[in-house]
Amino acid sequence: MIAQPKTVQNPGSGVSSPLSVRDLTVVYREKPALWDVDLEVPAGQLCAIVGPNGAGKSTLIKAVLGLVPVASGQVRFFGQSLEQARKRIGYVPQRGSVDWDFPTSVLDVVMMGLYGRLGWFRRPGRLEREAALRCLEQVSMSEFAERQISQLSGGQQQRVFLARALAQNADLYFMDEPFAGVDAVTEEAILHVLHQLKGQGKTVVVVHHDLQTVRDYFDHLTLLNVQVIASGPMDETFTPENLKQTYGERMRWQV
Amino acid sequence: MSDLLLIFTDYTLRNVALGSAMLGVVGGVLGTFAVLRRQSLLGDVLAHAALPGICLAFILTGAKAPLILLVGGGLAGWLAAWLVLAVLRHSRLPEDSALGVMLSSFFGFGVALLTFIQHSNNASQAGLDQYIFGQAATILASDVLNFMVLGSIALLVVGLFYKEFKLLSFDPGYAHSLGLPVRGLNTLLTSLTVLAVMVGLQTVGVVLMAAMLIAPAAAARQWTDRLSHMIGLSALFGAMAGASGALISATRENLPTGPLVVLSMSAILLVSLFFAPLRGLVWDWARTRQNRRRVHLERLLLDAHVLHAHGTLTPQALAERRREPVTVALRNLEALRSLGWVQEHPQGFILTPTGEQKAHELEQAMRVLLHRVEGSS
Repeated sequence: MIAQPKTVQNPGSGVSSPLSVRDLTVVYREKPALWDVDLEVPAGQLCAIVGPNGAGKSTLIKAVLGLVPVASGQVRFFGQSLEQARKRIGYVPQRGSVDWDFPTSVLDVVMMGLYGRLGWFRRPGRLEREAALRCLEQVSMSEFAERQISQLSGGQQQRVFLARALAQNADLYFMDEPFAGVDAVTEEAILHVLHQLKGQGKTVVVVHHDLQTVRDYFDHLTLLNVQVIASGPMDETFTPENLKQTYGERMRWQV
Repeated sequence: MSDLLLIFTDYTLRNVALGSAMLGVVGGVLGTFAVLRRQSLLGDVLAHAALPGICLAFILTGAKAPLILLVGGGLAGWLAAWLVLAVLRHSRLPEDSALGVMLSSFFGFGVALLTFIQHSNNASQAGLDQYIFGQAATILASDVLNFMVLGSIALLVVGLFYKEFKLLSFDPGYAHSLGLPVRGLNTLLTSLTVLAVMVGLQTVGVVLMAAMLIAPAAAARQWTDRLSHMIGLSALFGAMAGASGALISATRENLPTGPLVVLSMSAILLVSLFFAPLRGLVWDWARTRQNRRRVHLERLLLDAHVLHAHGTLTPQALAERRREPVTVALRNLEALRSLGWVQEHPQGFILTPTGEQKAHELEQAMRVLLHRVEGSS
């Protein structure tokens, strides 16, 4: 596969990749968390970002979404800036990032996905409730709509976050470790949603930690360890050499 | 009861009660967000940091018009909050240290200024120290009007930005990803908390103000799982504490209003912590006790079932199996008998049909549980 020429700086020139990252560097204190990351995410595919602990997987997502300060680099979405493309981007943070004892219901959390669309001073109403309920249905959580969120299991929490992102009705989704520590039912539900999104021509970028499943779940793979080690179609990228280079010599997994 | 009527007839008491209740409402509403965002201590910093602002406002204007002093206090509090954020962003000081340092620095500076003013032979300085612990008795109708205006602004803005503040409190990262101006909203919410502090400076003073932010919200959280209800309850609790503190202090000479308002609030918080349904500690304890008792009896029944299968369910055998004195075994058997699980028999005891069935169910449940534990490891 021939590397695509980087024409991303001129928006509107043909079909632009959903996500194109150039020379992205993020520094926490002294140590770089991401170094000179280049990444082209192909449209309409399920893309995994894989790498060892501390490789900067989550940081990459947060950096492209503007959630952590970036030392240098350019990020374009569909050839546009983050501000311009904001409404086309959905985000599923790690579920451990919030306090699940917060006094709110499942449906309320899902409706938060519509806040960006609602704009200032408008409260969610009947239409928003119905939209949120449909999203809960997609992750098989309808019967939990009125539940207080502290009563959910880890997997159910994850599905609520997924439903909230679905409510955004985006074209490009970022999911931070959605499969981490979830039950089998939730894993099925997430996979179902991923394939649904793909069927609708949407692009999904997922931080994933499990090398056993990555080949079955995703079409495109980016191996990350501070730098991008390899990125491309799954078959070409998921090779022993690449994995060894990403995880070091003492890799625990047989490929 | 006659005291309660005073609220309508006595001019001073009416102002004091109204002012304290207004503080309770505003503190309760803004405190809800402070507590949920784990920023209770920031409220304490805002309040303590107001003291040097009050003193500087007095030095600069030479006047003791409450509104000017309150604005001075508010600005100082706001500056302290901004400094805390700056310190956190540019140093490695942990958050609680940054907050603690800012609180004591500003308060120390305030006390120093206060001492300076008191020795400056300025006749009009008397009473400036009331801002440390508050002196609600001096609240006038004009002060109440100030509180109403400040409080209404704060409440109105909370109403306007309710959904943004809710998201900001629950998941700021996600709010940011939606394109909400998280930093601006943070500043706005902190500024509103400053307004709440300004309402409380005359009533409870800088030292006790934090209680009026934290306690109503903490109490309200015990009773509800919905943010909107929590805000309403928090405001209600704050108002109740404010009004009752004012009333109680009016019943006798020399009872300070501010501390009594805070004590009333603490009483509401205590009751909520212990007795609120679902989250109350008392019900927690009761449930734990009940569960322990149930598990104890079930284990007892399983032991009895084993002995019953060997045909030797006697107090001695049970005592031996459970490594307990025979007297305890006798008491345990009596407990099982009162449940209808065992009955007496010429050779000691036997399980009743109900007891046997229950034992079978328990063994089944145990097997499923063990299987699941093995399966998941």
